[in-house]
Amino acid sequence: MDIGYYPGCSLTGTAKEYDQSIRRIFSELGVNLIEVEDWSCCGATSAHATNHLLSLALPLRNINLAKRQGLKELFIPCAACYNRFVVAQYEVNRDASVRKEIENILEETIEADIRIINMIEMFEYIGKDAITARKRKDLKGFKVAAYYGCLLLRPPAVVKFDDPEQPSSMEEIIRLTGAEPIEWSFKTECCGASHSITNTNIVVTLSKRIIDDAREMGAEAIIVACPMCHSNLDMRQRNIAKVDAQHRNMPVLYLSELVGISMGLDREALGLNLHFIDTEPVLSRFSTAIVTKE
Amino acid sequence: MMRIGVFVCHCGENIGKTVDCPTVAKEVIKLPNVVYAIDYKYMCSDPGQNLIKQAIAEHKLNAVVVASCSPHMHEKTFRKAVSAAGLNPYMCEIANIREQCSWVHDNVEEATKKAIDLIRMTVERVKFNFPLSEIKVPITKKALVIGGGIAGIQAALDIAGAGYKVILVEKEPSIGGHMSQLSETFPTLDCSQCILTPRMVEVYQHPNIKLYTYSEVESVDGFIGNFKVTIRKKARYVKEDLCTGCGLCTQKCPIKRAPSEFDEGLSNRPAIYVPFPQAVPNIPVIDRTVCTYFKTGKCQMCKKVCGRDAIDFEQKDTLITEDVGAIIVATGYKLYKIDKKGPDSAVKGYGEYGYGKYKDVIDGLQFERLASASGPTAGEILRPSDRKQPKKVVFIQCVGSRDPSKGFEYCSKICCMYTAKHAMLYKHKVHDGEAYVFYMDIRAGGKGYEEFVRRAIEEDHVKYIRGRVSKVYEKKGKLIVKGEDTLAGVPVEIEADMVVLATAIVAQPEAAKLAQTLGIPYDKYGFYAEVHPKLRPVESSSGGIFLAGACQAPRDIPESVAMASAAASKALILFGNENLEREPIVAKVNESTCVGCFYCKKVCAYNAIEIKELKDKKGNLIKVVASVNTGLCQGCGTCNATCPSKSIELIGFNDEQIFYQIKAL
Repeated sequence: MDIGYYPGCSLTGTAKEYDQSIRRIFSELGVNLIEVEDWSCCGATSAHATNHLLSLALPLRNINLAKRQGLKELFIPCAACYNRFVVAQYEVNRDASVRKEIENILEETIEADIRIINMIEMFEYIGKDAITARKRKDLKGFKVAAYYGCLLLRPPAVVKFDDPEQPSSMEEIIRLTGAEPIEWSFKTECCGASHSITNTNIVVTLSKRIIDDAREMGAEAIIVACPMCHSNLDMRQRNIAKVDAQHRNMPVLYLSELVGISMGLDREALGLNLHFIDTEPVLSRFSTAIVTKE
Repeated sequence: MMRIGVFVCHCGENIGKTVDCPTVAKEVIKLPNVVYAIDYKYMCSDPGQNLIKQAIAEHKLNAVVVASCSPHMHEKTFRKAVSAAGLNPYMCEIANIREQCSWVHDNVEEATKKAIDLIRMTVERVKFNFPLSEIKVPITKKALVIGGGIAGIQAALDIAGAGYKVILVEKEPSIGGHMSQLSETFPTLDCSQCILTPRMVEVYQHPNIKLYTYSEVESVDGFIGNFKVTIRKKARYVKEDLCTGCGLCTQKCPIKRAPSEFDEGLSNRPAIYVPFPQAVPNIPVIDRTVCTYFKTGKCQMCKKVCGRDAIDFEQKDTLITEDVGAIIVATGYKLYKIDKKGPDSAVKGYGEYGYGKYKDVIDGLQFERLASASGPTAGEILRPSDRKQPKKVVFIQCVGSRDPSKGFEYCSKICCMYTAKHAMLYKHKVHDGEAYVFYMDIRAGGKGYEEFVRRAIEEDHVKYIRGRVSKVYEKKGKLIVKGEDTLAGVPVEIEADMVVLATAIVAQPEAAKLAQTLGIPYDKYGFYAEVHPKLRPVESSSGGIFLAGACQAPRDIPESVAMASAAASKALILFGNENLEREPIVAKVNESTCVGCFYCKKVCAYNAIEIKELKDKKGNLIKVVASVNTGLCQGCGTCNATCPSKSIELIGFNDEQIFYQIKAL
């Protein structure tokens, strides 16, 4: 199966392990990820706060590139990129004058009818059976908190993905691995996003609340599908420990890593060695028990 | 020989400014058979009408054309005038030269020409008019009231008090409706049951009211003044004529833990039960879904203890037919249940508020039961989970209302008031407690309403926060209410012991089905539609069917009662006549050419076409033909246009009239 792939900047830097685990598991699942040639930044968190037209033109440039490559679907694992692409597509399809303006900027016509797929949708797209079929290790007893953040679900009228207040699609993917998603109240709370750099204290406060609630509700790890969430929750635990002496480390895994572990893939190949918070304490118990599917 | 008079009205400047009325009168008198024509400033005025009457006498007119406003406006006025002069009223026709001419044109010359054309057409048409007389339909002077809440009770008592018989049908085992569940009522804080139960008893004892509880309307046939209603009386498994309401069966029933509907699930009841102590009638009913006998064939404890042998496990539903002349629909509302909804549901629900997940998140009606002296806590405010007194209660308004993205667009109207009341009652009972209210706007339009809300804020120190709540979750035994204070521009978090949700008022789940049974229109939410929101607010578009209370839209008690009395008066106006008189503009079947294809029956929107068998003297069937029920026919003409053999004519709009009218153009 061929499918377009837009990694975005994060996956080439801070979220290298996200990219690594995605490429690893999808090659395992027989999916051929075709990277958009000459892709550029989507503008993500800064463009839409500074220049509306720029924030639309950047994703649309990439959509045009993908279309020119003959791609019909575009898998965008970064939730921030996903959000920008979907918003841009929505805006030009809704308003002909905006479309015209962007076309003037890009100096080409826009063909925005490509299907944008996020990480969770990607798993749904290739089929739950395909994932189950490749399962080598049952993660039974592994209690995890599915964390969606804000960008995958909002604004609901634009992204039209899952229930914006009470989502459940990530849990369904998690269950395929045998891991057990817990019931908790902070699935869609903000982690502080890009304040990480400008106002770290906000991120420390918000991320701490998310981690605390997950732990209180019995989670051993948090599962994410967004590099921004990952870097805040994973990297900022050092800062949290400074303000809270009681803080205990909480591993944060990408959904793709979790699926990779259940496939019995090598943890280094999945990039788990690149995390700030050591994942070994919660994952070591799954190292030996490799089961072969009948 | 036709002698036609034409009367051209200026309607002040309305017509006179654009149409040269004197010229019109001078031109139309030249038309064949027109023997008299005159123009006048206001033809509808008393002198104008006299002009018509005099001309009829002096010029021996036998037909009249009035060129004026739309027939909707004054056709009746002019027909009355013509009738007073001794002419049949249906020999008068209107040529509309206002709405269809002067108001839509500005060129005087052309408008004048068009007015002459319109009059010429009407003159040609009136030549084929013939005298008609109004159709008289007898009236059954008995009313059906559907729904035994406060609106239905009020309507039934009003009609019965005027001396007419009333059939009151209630689907629950007792009358009383939602009002019987309320603790106190705003804005006076008088006890709901204290003012309601005497009314309920009055209904039960009134010689003119026949009460069917635990019953539903199954079908409705007929038309205004002459409805035939079938009522399904559901099996109670208790013989009403024998039961004395002693209550022994309910005490001895071994099933104790069925959730009480009356207490909104906050207490339990037996399998054989009376919904509440003041129920009318005070006769129990067996809930067969939980009864041991119905599930296993064993038990019969109630039967054993009943000294009157009133328990009858073999009882079946019975169908009762009643003839009534008017129907009042007062079926009320339901509260929106806000648990997480399935993907097919049009409204997405408010799962994030934790209703159904946390025991101490309750809705408005549940709070009423907690605050009520007859409730599960005998009026003490104790939260459901551990029966402890909550020290901090958060009330959330507009849960589902005014929310097109997840709920309903409309305002549920009563929540601002009952939330203020709830917060006030709470503060009156828990003096050291704190009450918070999250609101969007406070809508307190009503007598004494704004004062009531101010009292909650100023005297009882209820803390009002303008903003929405994003979620409610549990943490260390507290309900954390996360929201926004939009006036201060800050996020707020309140650690509450109990949360009360003012959920939207929605139509009864079976509202659409009943509307289809009755043939009355309803809106996209299932609320019943009135003919005119301002001038005819209690009438449905089906003649003889009136509406009252919250089945139309969210309503409070005073409004429901007022509209119930209004609906009752509409029924009484009907009953004040011996016969129903209606315009003779109805369809008529030519039985000799009708082939009985019944295309007319298929297209008739009013169910007015009936099947008639034609028989010879010996009683042998010759053929079946269509027949028009003149009580139901609204004269729309659809059958007339559909009939392939041209066997149906619409009286007053027959083919000659229409063709010659067109030919004159």
